Amino acid sequence: MVRKKQESMSTAREQILNAVRANQPDLKALPEVIIPADNIELQDKFTETLTTIGGKVIKANGYDDVIAYIKSITNTGHRIISSITELSEVISASEASPLPHSLQDTELAIIKAHFGVAENGAVWITENLLSQRVLPFICQHLIVILNADDLVANMHQAYEKIGDEHYGYGTFIAGPSKTADIEQSLVLGAHGSRSMTIFLISLPLD
Amino acid sequence: MHTETKDHAELATVFNKDEARVDWHDETLWWIRQKRDKAVNHLPEWELLRETASQIKDNVLSNLAGYLVQFEENAQRNGIVVHWAADAAEHNNIVLGLLHSKGITKMVKSKSMLTEECHLNESLENNGIEVIDSDLGERIVQLAKEPPSHIVLPCIHKKKEEIGDLFHLHLGTPAGNADPQFLTETARQHLRETFLTRRAALTGVNFAVAETGEFVVCTNEGNADMGAHLADIHIASMGIEKIIPKRKNLGVFLRLLTRSATGQPITTYSSHFSKPREGTEIHIIIVDNGRSKQLGREDFRNSLKCIRCGACMNTCPVYRRSGGHSYHNAISGPIGAILAPNLDMEKYADLPFASTLCGSCSNVCPVKIDIHQQLYKWRQVIVQNGYAPAGKKAAMKLMSLTLSSPAAYHMGGKAGRFVMKYAPFAVNNKLNPWYKQRDMPEPPKESFGEWYAKNRKA
Ligand code: SF4
Repeated sequence: MVRKKQESMSTAREQILNAVRANQPDLKALPEVIIPADNIELQDKFTETLTTIGGKVIKANGYDDVIAYIKSITNTGHRIISSITELSEVISASEASPLPHSLQDTELAIIKAHFGVAENGAVWITENLLSQRVLPFICQHLIVILNADDLVANMHQAYEKIGDEHYGYGTFIAGPSKTADIEQSLVLGAHGSRSMTIFLISLPLD
Repeated sequence: MHTETKDHAELATVFNKDEARVDWHDETLWWIRQKRDKAVNHLPEWELLRETASQIKDNVLSNLAGYLVQFEENAQRNGIVVHWAADAAEHNNIVLGLLHSKGITKMVKSKSMLTEECHLNESLENNGIEVIDSDLGERIVQLAKEPPSHIVLPCIHKKKEEIGDLFHLHLGTPAGNADPQFLTETARQHLRETFLTRRAALTGVNFAVAETGEFVVCTNEGNADMGAHLADIHIASMGIEKIIPKRKNLGVFLRLLTRSATGQPITTYSSHFSKPREGTEIHIIIVDNGRSKQLGREDFRNSLKCIRCGACMNTCPVYRRSGGHSYHNAISGPIGAILAPNLDMEKYADLPFASTLCGSCSNVCPVKIDIHQQLYKWRQVIVQNGYAPAGKKAAMKLMSLTLSSPAAYHMGGKAGRFVMKYAPFAVNNKLNPWYKQRDMPEPPKESFGEWYAKNRKA
């Protein structure tokens, strides 16, 4: 039974590949992508773009500013999740659970990002910056810490920076989750976080 | 839902009964088209990007078998299980087999036009599996027991009051509440419960990278990620044409996709799946379902470059005023009208005729598919194969006579202008399916031929 299934699967594979080989046209070269990056003021552009798509940017000098902000927007009952040790003062104590579902009552998550992209307000995050892949999605609100120097102009530069790095999971996040499926009325907070605030920190983070 | 032979013009008649709704539909889509224009005009390199994307896709199509094998190898090395499905039935069986092997009877799904094409939901439901669509627009049409009417905006044909009624019926919201904010919040709560309790999640694939074996899924809502990161098994369905050669090519396509679709600079989430998270599985199903055949049709192979942005629909004067359901195919609009006849020329013979050939679709397409030219070519293939839709046969005989004789062309134009000026009802009659529910535009005072004759000497 299992054998038969495997056979029919490999048949489908051969069938598809043979049909594709028979029908694909003569080889055409892969073009080199040479698209110049605008010479723009990256912080301003990033801030402007992210604000337009519903995010918020705060310029700060260090983690003290972040801690003060977190205190100002949360209550004692709120569950705050982060693996950034400098924020331990405001992080909720929680027993480590291997189940991502255990994060479902997270009010606020604070994560770091590798870099941001000025043209679209996105930040690049890989799973080594996350305790769980689901964290930036399942939290009600999201704060991202970004070194103000870690900005690129556009997506070509972004992928140049990523290079051939290995990651199990990586994502660009640009603003809060949103939908306009009901008569094109924009609503923030579809299934992911309801808000996204980025701290652009000018002092080097380690 | 998918029954006997249907006809675009007839189905458009149904949609056109409510003129106010048609106007609203038309204006909403045009507004999205304008948002696209605004976003595009910000980028001086837009045309270069389109050209580059088109050439990357040319390369993909010319080496597709090689890239598919490379992708498979790399994905397997990353710990992803790869399946191949020659057609829709095989795809649906693989999904069913995976769910059975895990004893799973409930699955959450994010947007995947391929699964619409395969009628996966129906097939699974017939086998006792419950599927919940998690994209808000898709959830809405699922509750309404309708197919999506647009590939990016599944319920663009629905008024908020209708959605309020559906939510009242199925999710217990107060009767008469049609506030988008409130309804979205209700769906958020309802679907959060679903995400937390489903062990299987199915997503589509926007791009699959041959060089790395990773695949990218783009959403604004975050539903694909919520499903995939909470499930034990993540199934990703992709057509063979979703392959791109290198990771850095994503830079080109991600810049084009959402600007073309909605005018946003990028989707909120562009997630790159490379390895399953610990203790879980990722399965990719690579589906042909007619694509390799289309690859062999020289005139139509470019349709496989499509990245499903929906821009050709938003700009199409016929789509905007006839609605997605009139195309009676999972993918509607101009691109659907090129893809469908490849699958069944007889059933979809009417679709390439549902166009004015104005070329607006080709102008906005981010991968430069010659959409309107392909529509025109399909008409000829369909007629040659004897599948012309009945209503169009007589009119087309006349047209081919007119177009093949310059004298008749000029006469036809003059006579046409005469008729439209003095007897527009004769054009706007039942024999002419095109002009149902349409008032003819005012005819120009002189034709191009007359104008040219008068002016070329000057
Ligand atoms: S054919 Fe072009 S414009 Fe239409 S959906 Fe595909 S990529 Fe977009």
